[in-house]
Amino acid sequence: MNYTLIIRIAVSLLLARWKQTLVAAIGVMFSITMFIALLGFMNGLNDLLDGLILNRTAHVRLYSETKVSEEQPINNSSEFKAMHNFVRSIKPNNSRQEIYNSQAILKALQEDDRVLGVAPKISAPLFFAAGTIEITGVINGIDPDAESRLFHFDDYITAGNSANIRTVSNSIILGKALADKLMAGIGDLIYVATPQGERFGLKVVGYFQSGIQDFDKAQSYSSLSTTQKILGKGNHYITDIQVKLKDLELAPAVAGEYHRLFQTDTEDIQTANAQFETGSFVRTLISYAVGITLLIVAGFGIYNILNMMIYEKMDSIAILKATGFSGADVNRIFILIALSIGVSGGLSGILFGFLASAGIDQIPFNTPALPTITTYPVNYDLVYYAIGLSFSLITTYLAGLFPAAKASRIDPVVIIRGK
Amino acid sequence: MNQVILEARHINKTFHDPVTVQILKDITFTVSKGEFVSMMGKSGCGKSTLLYILSTMDTDFDGDLFIDQQSVKGRNEPYLAHVRNEKIGFVFQFHYLWNEFTVLENVMLPGLKLNKYPAAEVEYQARERLRRLGIENLALKKAGQISGGEKQRAALARAMINDPLIIMGDEPTGNLDKKNSEIVFGLFKQMSQELNQTFLVVTHDPGFAEKTDRIIEMEDGRILGHNQRPLHSAKT
Repeated sequence: MNYTLIIRIAVSLLLARWKQTLVAAIGVMFSITMFIALLGFMNGLNDLLDGLILNRTAHVRLYSETKVSEEQPINNSSEFKAMHNFVRSIKPNNSRQEIYNSQAILKALQEDDRVLGVAPKISAPLFFAAGTIEITGVINGIDPDAESRLFHFDDYITAGNSANIRTVSNSIILGKALADKLMAGIGDLIYVATPQGERFGLKVVGYFQSGIQDFDKAQSYSSLSTTQKILGKGNHYITDIQVKLKDLELAPAVAGEYHRLFQTDTEDIQTANAQFETGSFVRTLISYAVGITLLIVAGFGIYNILNMMIYEKMDSIAILKATGFSGADVNRIFILIALSIGVSGGLSGILFGFLASAGIDQIPFNTPALPTITTYPVNYDLVYYAIGLSFSLITTYLAGLFPAAKASRIDPVVIIRGK
Repeated sequence: MNQVILEARHINKTFHDPVTVQILKDITFTVSKGEFVSMMGKSGCGKSTLLYILSTMDTDFDGDLFIDQQSVKGRNEPYLAHVRNEKIGFVFQFHYLWNEFTVLENVMLPGLKLNKYPAAEVEYQARERLRRLGIENLALKKAGQISGGEKQRAALARAMINDPLIIMGDEPTGNLDKKNSEIVFGLFKQMSQELNQTFLVVTHDPGFAEKTDRIIEMEDGRILGHNQRPLHSAKT
């Protein structure tokens, strides 16, 4: 097959109707541009919103819940062995929130292949003294390095540095809203009191802003050892173990396994934050639907232009067939025209899509809720570009299919005798 | 007797739309190498229909057709396209040149399609054909910019590019004024004599037909008779 000849003929047909061809290519380009810009923006937003919660949430959390023991004496009584226990007046008798045998659990977790990292944590209620008034809040004792590495803790520190709570003894990072209420500046000394009445002085070394105002009004962070000191506990005292997995999808299964293995309460991220996945899914679905709709419209444009071209070039097609071009050759010519519109539109669409994404990325976007974000978020994942290009090729191919088949069926006798 | 290059055997054709009409009735004849044959007859006598059957473009007929002593009846479309490309040249009433291409490119098109020679060789041959037909100076002009007579000459050059066994014409001078008609006919005749090129031309013009080697007269789908002249009488 003589492809250079077929390409030359296709090019000459394209050039003969270059204005319409250009319009068709611009149609494809526009839809791919929109598709990429839309998906990049939507997914950037998705990542941001998901990150707001998901990045900071452990994939599996091990903790000790205050609850009634499942092992009640009545269950051991042989008299009631076969019966169900309806006794409702039982109260929990042990308010201990510590995870038993935490050091061994930490060690075992770190050796698990599926685990990306482990961060121990202490969570305890606390009163912050603002003059004579006490504000209720929560203190989180953390390992700042593990917390930053696994849960992007550093991203939410607006003043100071997360490592300060480790290097400065008796120091604390306050939620920005809490600090405003306490009127505590960096370097100031604040007083806190435990529910047991112990008072303690702590130095403010940083502010923390999560983007969720209620959260920032109550939370504060300190090192594990400082927190253990405040609470008057030993240096193995931990209330939570946060596990980050290599594969998020494994979380429910792993949570169940740890529950049996370590005899602690566990919670997986899917259960804790089911709504976020739904939101992301719907947003992505909408972007795809809009993108594909645009492409289909562009496809109809190509279909129209090819049809017009065939009507106009009926004579030329007839003489091609009369002088020895087969129907398959003519078919190839028109498929080639359609695909070249698709490729040029698709490639320029990718370029303009990238530029549009880069443009959106420059638009200032300041919101007090999201301290680390200064411009609109954009996702530059290559997958969207690949999908855009393949969509453009598929739609233009489909749009070219019918006109090309029509052109290949043209009967030269009908055209030539019709003159 | 020269080699037979085209043979029609008992060709019948019937149109069924809107009523059944038999348009060709038992057409049998041969064309030999080097002959200049014209087909004459009134409008609607079936001469153009016959020409398109002979050209392999119309495959819907009964009977048999041999081109270069090979039957083309019932062959598939790509095969027939190849036969047309290699063995048959066409000159129609309308020139059917591609206006976007230069005259040279138009002439080269069937040669490039045949893909027997490299492009440079095809170009040389095309220029040679144009020179023979006296329009070499127009080679690089767009086909849309030349006159009607010149277009028909370019179409003849295109028909000759692959050295076809036979060139078929459907009223090739029908759209031309008298002067251009004579020039184009003169070229047909010249090619017939100089290159021993075979022609089969449908025409209305008795003046045109008179000067050919043989006139096939048709009426109502039948061949009335062959008006044979001594082969290449004009040579003597």
